[in-house]
Amino acid sequence: MLRLTLFALTAAFSFPAAAAENVTTFKLENGMEAVVIEDHRAPVVVHMLWYKAGAADEKPGVSGIAHFLEHLLFKATDNMEAGEFSAVVEANGGSDNAFTSWDYTGYFQRVAADRLDLMMQMEADRMRNIRLTEEDIVTERDVILEERSQRTDSDPGALFGEQRRAAQYMNHPYGVPIIGWRHEMEQLDREDALDFYRTFYAPNAAVLVVAGDVDPAEVEVLANKYYGPIEPTVDLPERVRPQEPPQLAERRITFEDPRVSQPYVIRSYLAPERDAGDQETAAALTILADILGGSSATSVLGKALQLTEQKAVYTSAFYSGMNFDDTTFGVLIVPTPDLSLEQAEAEMDAVIAQFIEDGVDPDQLERVKTQIRASSIYENDNVSGLARRYGAALTSGLTVEDVQAWPSILEAVTEDDIIAAAKLVFNRDKAVTGWFQKPSEEVTQ
Amino acid sequence: MIRFLLTAVVAVLTLTTTARAIEIQEVTSPGGIKAWLVEERSIPFTALEIRFKGGASLDRDGKRGAINLMTGLIEEGAGDLDSTAFAAAREALAASYGFDVYDDALSISAQFLTENRDEALALLKLALIEPRFDKDAVERVKGQIVSIIGSNQKDPSEIARQAAMGMTWGDHPYGSDKDGTIESVSALTRDDVLVAYKDVLARDRLYVGAVGDIGAEELGVLLDDLLGGLPETGAPMPQQATYLTEGGVTVVPFDTPQSVAIFGHEGIGRDDPDFFAAYVMNQVLGAGGFGSRLMEEVREKRGLTYGVSTYLLPKDYGYLFLGQVASSNDRVAQAIDVIRDEWSKLAAEGVTPEELEDAKKYLTGAYPLRFDGNARIAGILVGMQMDALPIDYADTRNDKINAITLDDIKRVAERLLRPDDLHFVVVGQPEGLESTN
Repeated sequence: MLRLTLFALTAAFSFPAAAAENVTTFKLENGMEAVVIEDHRAPVVVHMLWYKAGAADEKPGVSGIAHFLEHLLFKATDNMEAGEFSAVVEANGGSDNAFTSWDYTGYFQRVAADRLDLMMQMEADRMRNIRLTEEDIVTERDVILEERSQRTDSDPGALFGEQRRAAQYMNHPYGVPIIGWRHEMEQLDREDALDFYRTFYAPNAAVLVVAGDVDPAEVEVLANKYYGPIEPTVDLPERVRPQEPPQLAERRITFEDPRVSQPYVIRSYLAPERDAGDQETAAALTILADILGGSSATSVLGKALQLTEQKAVYTSAFYSGMNFDDTTFGVLIVPTPDLSLEQAEAEMDAVIAQFIEDGVDPDQLERVKTQIRASSIYENDNVSGLARRYGAALTSGLTVEDVQAWPSILEAVTEDDIIAAAKLVFNRDKAVTGWFQKPSEEVTQ
Repeated sequence: MIRFLLTAVVAVLTLTTTARAIEIQEVTSPGGIKAWLVEERSIPFTALEIRFKGGASLDRDGKRGAINLMTGLIEEGAGDLDSTAFAAAREALAASYGFDVYDDALSISAQFLTENRDEALALLKLALIEPRFDKDAVERVKGQIVSIIGSNQKDPSEIARQAAMGMTWGDHPYGSDKDGTIESVSALTRDDVLVAYKDVLARDRLYVGAVGDIGAEELGVLLDDLLGGLPETGAPMPQQATYLTEGGVTVVPFDTPQSVAIFGHEGIGRDDPDFFAAYVMNQVLGAGGFGSRLMEEVREKRGLTYGVSTYLLPKDYGYLFLGQVASSNDRVAQAIDVIRDEWSKLAAEGVTPEELEDAKKYLTGAYPLRFDGNARIAGILVGMQMDALPIDYADTRNDKINAITLDDIKRVAERLLRPDDLHFVVVGQPEGLESTN
């Protein structure tokens, strides 16, 4: 089966967590949480520091500041020169990087296990001690504008996604792109960055994840040594973002761009996310996405629209429950050339309606669960992935217990739960339907 | 959102390491199939990497894309299973089989649990020995490929890459995309797919790596069963490719706010005595992430790009030294000037003792970190064999890096870096840049 790589959608399937015996947790007195995942197969460690602050925690008007600040954390501190952080990591044979999402900002290094001490020392330093010059701001702002050009403005699919998201979230800041709107990015300044930094870059808003060939007790000693002395932000704001009002009307978007080669229809529905102690609906939605559109050969949409009747070159359903606030459930159809987008949308809707009427194929559900069980074996081969999962969970409102309970919650999902979840989520009043196509005059010529 | 995107860096050097007493065994099956194995019993599954040398470059004249199409069809039905039944059987075993093809090889990456290893391998064998290539599946996958080709024609990076490869290699298979064109793929038939299958999947070009919960004897039996039924030989290997481009600029007009440039000239072979010197030199010039000269000059000092990188690309039948940068239309000319200057500077002056020391520290320190999971190691084992490296290579690799001197770098920089031969293919609407000739 060929993978159509042009649709970089959220994986429909989130694998469960590692066996709990490999995972240790502790908390520092200043409020910093820590998770240690042991893997002693190779003398390597991944050191990650996650902040419970992302694009959705920005103030209005400074979109992109969380991501801009992430770039600026590689500049000078009181103790290090600009660029020195990465240079030291590389001089130790390691690699380092960072990422920003709506709910978190994360920094990580992958190095030989005996260099953990040095990584913590440097990461703790830049939590509170950055020194930004005006020149840093101007040059790095050009870099993020180039990044926006490369990742978004050069890619009509990315621009389309930005427009759909803005329509999906009418009030919540999830509707604002992580990279920022260009006109606001151009105005971001040093004070905007420092304001975000001083508030959120603090031990009581941070989660430490260390994974690899380490002893949890030693990690705790090091964490106390480097992160322990850092003062928390005393007036750390409670994490309450503007919430969605009742969504009462379907939104429809037609996005046209001459760079479009392959038209498609995509629809997202507002959907509940995984909440601490309350993950059952999210589990049902996770499996629903897999059943509906996980595999082109065996999923409901794939079988009906790609195999039985060749009406689509690709179909998918996707859901990610790892969100602090409301998330989305999505469906997608990329029609064959002889089908219009209107016809494609109708075909996709008919298949979903029939699925809700017919119910879940028990054999298919069993196969999905078999793969979930197997993933608890395979995932131990990728300790960085596990580290990332814990970091994302703990910065998205979940606990270690929630992560560890997730496999058994998925396992308990029934056929009725899946249909109930489908009926709950497939409400067009809460949906954005997007058509992605060439400019109309080209279509009709 | 990842801060720094290493744009399309092909894994150039497939080396391995003895991170911690990782022991590589050479296994020869009773039927004569060779494999390299690392026993790793702590997780009850095995990763198996199989590659057939030749890959998409074995496409026959006028049939560009046939091997890529065939690769996409291998798991679309086999034996008495149609594509849905095959996928359902695989899912029920929680096994994964990845089929991929690139210019120099077709690869199969399989992972399967110990508890149902026999069933998982029997199913994979069915796909390898008895693929159905049903007509409806052929048409369906052709539709997917045509869709991908169409999308690539609107992607500035892909336009640049394909234009650069076309100019560089001409009619050699390296000069065209392995996917084929919309015309060539549309014309392919089931018979073409069968020919492609017989041309590529043969035992005389087979390389195997296995890592995981399996021993040498078990692996030998498994390999005979899985691969013994393949034909002994396939199509003859491609000819050496001839480098055809001269220095200059080629602008490919495309309506986009940011230009993408692919640049480079001839490179150096994997078995060249100066390969390691070139590798270390490239670490300083453009491969070293934030520490590289190009990242420092183009991004950190001037903010002209989000990412710039260079890499050695030693393919089996032709060698390139390439780089990529993306910069706004009004600034890409400046980015290109800076890159040319750095190219000239390094060619003339070599690197500093500090740069050499930093590069060595990074390269030797990063080496053990490559052993990142069973599947990754299995891939490394196959890569080593395809590059004809000795099985104890890992023990000497860092010594080779550490032995590189400033004079070595100076010599290889003078030989390899030729600013006048640099050709930039720029896709976009670059200001102040025009095609030469």
